[in-house]
Amino acid sequence: MFITYLRRELVNRRKQTIIIAVGMALAIALVIIVNSVAAGVKDAQTAVLGSVYGVGTDITISKAAAAPGANGTAGPGQRFDFGPGAGSTAAGTTAVASSRLTAGRSTATFDAASLGTVTGEAGVSAAAGVLSLNNTTFDGKLPDVNRTEQGSDRAQTGDGSAPTDGPGGTGGSSFNINSFTVLGLDPSESAVGPLSSVTLTDGRTLASDDTGTDVAVLDSAYATTAGLSVGGTIDIGGTSFQIVGLVESSSGDATTASNVYIPLDVAQNLSGESGKISSIYVQATSSDDIATLKTSLEAALPDNTVSTQSDLASSVSGSLSTASTLVGNLGTWLSIIVLAAAFLIAILFTISGVTRRTREFGTLKAIGWSNRRIVGQIAGESVVQGLLGGIAGVAIGLVGVLVVNLVAPTLTASASGRVGGGFAGRGIEAAGGPGAAGGRFGQAAHAAATSDVVLNAPVTVSVILIAVALALAGGLLAGAVGGWRASRLRPAEALRSVA
Amino acid sequence: MYQLTHVTKSYSGSKNTVTALKDVTLTIPKGQMVAIQGPTGGGKSTLLQMLGALDRPTSGEVVLGDSTLSKLGDTKLARIRAREIGFVFQGFNLIPTLSALENVETALAPLGLSNEERTSRASAALESVSLGERMRHLPAELSGGQQQRVAIARAIVKNPEVLLADEPTGSLDEDTRDEIMELLEGIWREKQLTLIIVTHDSAVAKRAERRLHIKNGTVKEL
Repeated sequence: MFITYLRRELVNRRKQTIIIAVGMALAIALVIIVNSVAAGVKDAQTAVLGSVYGVGTDITISKAAAAPGANGTAGPGQRFDFGPGAGSTAAGTTAVASSRLTAGRSTATFDAASLGTVTGEAGVSAAAGVLSLNNTTFDGKLPDVNRTEQGSDRAQTGDGSAPTDGPGGTGGSSFNINSFTVLGLDPSESAVGPLSSVTLTDGRTLASDDTGTDVAVLDSAYATTAGLSVGGTIDIGGTSFQIVGLVESSSGDATTASNVYIPLDVAQNLSGESGKISSIYVQATSSDDIATLKTSLEAALPDNTVSTQSDLASSVSGSLSTASTLVGNLGTWLSIIVLAAAFLIAILFTISGVTRRTREFGTLKAIGWSNRRIVGQIAGESVVQGLLGGIAGVAIGLVGVLVVNLVAPTLTASASGRVGGGFAGRGIEAAGGPGAAGGRFGQAAHAAATSDVVLNAPVTVSVILIAVALALAGGLLAGAVGGWRASRLRPAEALRSVA
Repeated sequence: MYQLTHVTKSYSGSKNTVTALKDVTLTIPKGQMVAIQGPTGGGKSTLLQMLGALDRPTSGEVVLGDSTLSKLGDTKLARIRAREIGFVFQGFNLIPTLSALENVETALAPLGLSNEERTSRASAALESVSLGERMRHLPAELSGGQQQRVAIARAIVKNPEVLLADEPTGSLDEDTRDEIMELLEGIWREKQLTLIIVTHDSAVAKRAERRLHIKNGTVKEL
């Protein structure tokens, strides 16, 4: 009788059933789409962060860079010193070339012994220290440095002034400044760190026996830009390194954390940062312990900055960040509002239905139906209406997610971190004609990690189950309210009100 | 058998209290056919609600067989209505979305019968009111007389002790009225149940063994 009655009511009161089901379907579809897009955005953020900090990195430890000029540190820019005999001079022009490997301006280094402190902490599964550096090469032709002392002095100070008086009025300068990022890392540690998130595209990656050797692994995008390949060499800090491998990011279009990877000890020696590192990548034993581990690491290393993945997520900017904010705020609130509206519609229609069916329920009570049976009947009708809406909503939601995945919007993400990861190497070139302003010697740019990430909205079984559960909950809520109202009808009053 | 002792029923409004039944004491033997007449607002429907276990008196006692209706809770009253009392209403009160057969089956739903038995008994009840051919029809597809026959089948399908009819012919023309009354009388005789009819119609009342007149909440024998 329950099924027959329920079926007849839903079929014969089609309009009400459709309105409730459609309202619920739209709400459920929105919940699925918002959830999926939110998961997609989160995956994209993880991909971007993974390309910078490495897959499996739960915590990074760095040190805030001192403000330029503070504590006696050098001001902005890098210096290239050329002595009186530097380069080869011909026809009043001196050809010079120099390469410097230094810690990035935004990078502060700290004692590598901190790595031991970190690995000694409970809850640390793996840790790796890296040294983030910038290599800047200068090559070109300058006016005879012996005759343009004043101009070169200005150049050496890095204050941006270029020599303006070439020899004999025919000189001038023509030079190139090339800059790329170099990351020194422990070749024996592959579980955590930037190289844990890369895919080898050619050659080999760094191995334990590379310690102390002048070998380099390059980001394949940078290698293409710079025209370098495996088997060739690259000049880093005045030393020729053999290129042994090329890597690319494992996560879609994102580039890797650095342009060049070399053994840590070599990087320390070349940059004059012996015994120093700029970041420590930490993998926690359990994802549940990250917050606790962060606290203990902060206590153990009070002078350093300890950041978790969620802290780092805030460093992702660009349209990906906008999408994240949009989904996080507007999407969630829109879902809640539409869901609440759907629930309200279901409740109001159910109450309206109970009021309209007062005589029906009064009659059923008169012929012996208990309150429980009547409440069950009303709740059953509402639950089925909610379920129909839920099923339709899942279908609409899946279509919506499919559309998102077919459109596959590309989001631009920037991850600026203290690690100082640079992406595609930027060559800074400047040319000065006679009397023209030359280029600044100091590299002022600090590269931020930018990449394009294709948004892929995943659908999980749990999201679908949650959506259906929400639809059922909406139906149950409406049924409970309607049933409560029907149960309060006294049979005599119900029949009398009709009469 | 019904036994009403000093039954009073009052309805409290926001300003005043209306007494629909005043100290009614009444005995209706089992198997009797009783007609209750009286002016509108005289208390007929209230008396029927007391007899039908739809409401409890403000004071006094209503006894049906071994059950004191005035002292029972909602669940027990629902059980008594499900097993012992059949109702026929002036407006038929059929469920519009259910067929004639399904409407009759609703009266058997609380009895916990199997689907087959429920359908079988409902079909037999419709056959007994000459509606065997219209079982699958919706109420809207039936005439007023046919709808009232479905309502009567619904009332008798559970073999009740008592059949209460509130203006059963009030919505029908004279010919149909006579048909329905003959049907009710036939059922009363055949099943030997107690039949209590509330009616304005003297022609209907004259068919009863006993006639009661209720006015201003007070019952008198006619």
